[in-house]
Amino acid sequence: MKTVEEINEKIREGNVNVVTALEMKDIVAELGAKEAAKEVDVVTTGTFGAMCSSGAFFNFGHSDPPIKMQKVWLNDVEAYTGIAAVDAYLGVTQLSETLGMEYGGAHVIEDLVRGKEVELRATAYGTDCYPRKEIVTEISLEDVNQAVMVNPRNAYQRYRAATNSSDRVLRTYMGTLLPNFGNVTYAGVGELSPLNNDPEYRTIGVGTRIFLGGAKGYVIGEGTQHAPPFGTLMVKGNLKEMKPEYLRAATFPGYGVTLFVGIGIPIPILDENMAKATAITDDQIETVIIDFGVPRRDRPIVRKVTYAELKSGKVEINGEEVRVSPLSSYYMSKKIAEELKKMIERGEFFLTMPVERIPQKEVFKPMRQKEIKVVKSVMSSPPITISPEASIEEAAKILIENEIDHLPVVNEKGELIGIVTSWDIARAVARGKVGKVEDIMTRKVITTTMEEPIEIAARKMEQHNISALPVVDKDNRVVGVVSSEDLSKLLAR
Amino acid sequence: MLLKLKYDSRSVRAPVISKVAIEENALINIIEAKVEPRYGEIVVEVDDEIAERVAEKFKKYGVEVRKLTKSIEKTEKCVDCGACISVCPTGVFERGEDDRIVVNEVKCIRCGFCVGVCPLKALRLPE
Repeated sequence: MKTVEEINEKIREGNVNVVTALEMKDIVAELGAKEAAKEVDVVTTGTFGAMCSSGAFFNFGHSDPPIKMQKVWLNDVEAYTGIAAVDAYLGVTQLSETLGMEYGGAHVIEDLVRGKEVELRATAYGTDCYPRKEIVTEISLEDVNQAVMVNPRNAYQRYRAATNSSDRVLRTYMGTLLPNFGNVTYAGVGELSPLNNDPEYRTIGVGTRIFLGGAKGYVIGEGTQHAPPFGTLMVKGNLKEMKPEYLRAATFPGYGVTLFVGIGIPIPILDENMAKATAITDDQIETVIIDFGVPRRDRPIVRKVTYAELKSGKVEINGEEVRVSPLSSYYMSKKIAEELKKMIERGEFFLTMPVERIPQKEVFKPMRQKEIKVVKSVMSSPPITISPEASIEEAAKILIENEIDHLPVVNEKGELIGIVTSWDIARAVARGKVGKVEDIMTRKVITTTMEEPIEIAARKMEQHNISALPVVDKDNRVVGVVSSEDLSKLLAR
Repeated sequence: MLLKLKYDSRSVRAPVISKVAIEENALINIIEAKVEPRYGEIVVEVDDEIAERVAEKFKKYGVEVRKLTKSIEKTEKCVDCGACISVCPTGVFERGEDDRIVVNEVKCIRCGFCVGVCPLKALRLPE
């Protein structure tokens, strides 16, 4: 019905009709898809959220004498330099070696785009052609030859929302999750999001010109982990032309650094089907809420949910109303769609058709692993335990005889009711305390299970600053003990 | 209204909050408390209408009182994402008509939890 060339001709002539994806919903509702397709030439979309899979390639130019950088840091944030002498890729989530989560690759990129200078420090092994072994200098975006943003995975079509069934606050890449289903967080902007408005990827593909970080950029392929309808895009653009307003460094507390990236994609309304596609509304976009309380790859699905429900600010979980936080900015996403609309209307932005389409079907495979090691394979079993009625002296004797430091306390059924450590006994002795094990034992015990992966058991010990966990079965009976020594032997291998 | 009470070594030993609550017939909600043997700092919430009267009574018992009128502040770093909305215990943050994040200052109990949650470090709790 319409071609991109015809639409570009209209842009040139100044009589193109551009609307945002939000405006298009109303137009299609009013006129129907067929009429809307005649009226509207382009629909603009936008999204603005944390996109960890982002970064930039730099070419710093050659020093005199020249150096083949083996390692390079920008403001103490390491960039990858396993490519040519003075080329490097700086990823946004890389942390500063001195400031940790306070500052990372995203901050370096934002600082550069704001026109600030950053410190470049590099080391090398030295060769006949590149004799220099070290350099420290200051650079700005103007000084480097190229600064090309290349983001392997951006603009998620939709994303799984998050909640937390556990009894502690979790700090995740989905933000802070309160205990006992205390809140829900979600990413993406549903009906305004680029890929949701072209779900068959007819007009968004390799070579599509887009708005990236305030400048013109391009789609260079499907993104990593692309798995429709959870589609993703790989994009590139010239960092030197970008605006700091649309690239904002952020820190998810307890998780790490990331970059809020602004992306807008124009969708040419070639025919009735495209008009229909761009009329998609939040209630038609489904995702799931998953439970981050389970620290495994396959987190349990708590329930299905639509973006309309998420956007309402409240969802129901187990009969209770739970408050919802977006992690993407609707305000900024709308602003990007509006800005792109104006650029097209002013004749500053022309559309392209993809030179290659991105896959409409793809599965996201898990990692191939040799095995997942579980607690069962390293625990000491049968466990050496003690009764709460036993004397402190008896407990001390058992610890010494068995050369162990932890003694789970069990009742007559073998159920765990506490734990005593050599430290508890030393403290009791120091205070001249005599009595029973139950007088000095810790009653709130952190435990593990036989099937729990050892990495999770290790993290429990680290978080609670303890050195062993009783292993319990489903009836809370002690079946073994695993110590940090058992684990470190295995994890170090 | 929120009042910040500072106790010195003498006043910290007396049951001042109970005394004031009974004598002024006031409902006093403790928001935050740090009490040590020789010093104490407590933030309480009382109805606006009786705040003046309650504050005077605390002063009479030797407690230093400061009205906390300032609530959480959103700085220009905010990108209006809304990560703060669901973590606030009293619902201070809301998405406004224009999709910007609105701060309902009167609801703020100055717990400060949101400050440590904001990815852009855009929230500030002025003294």
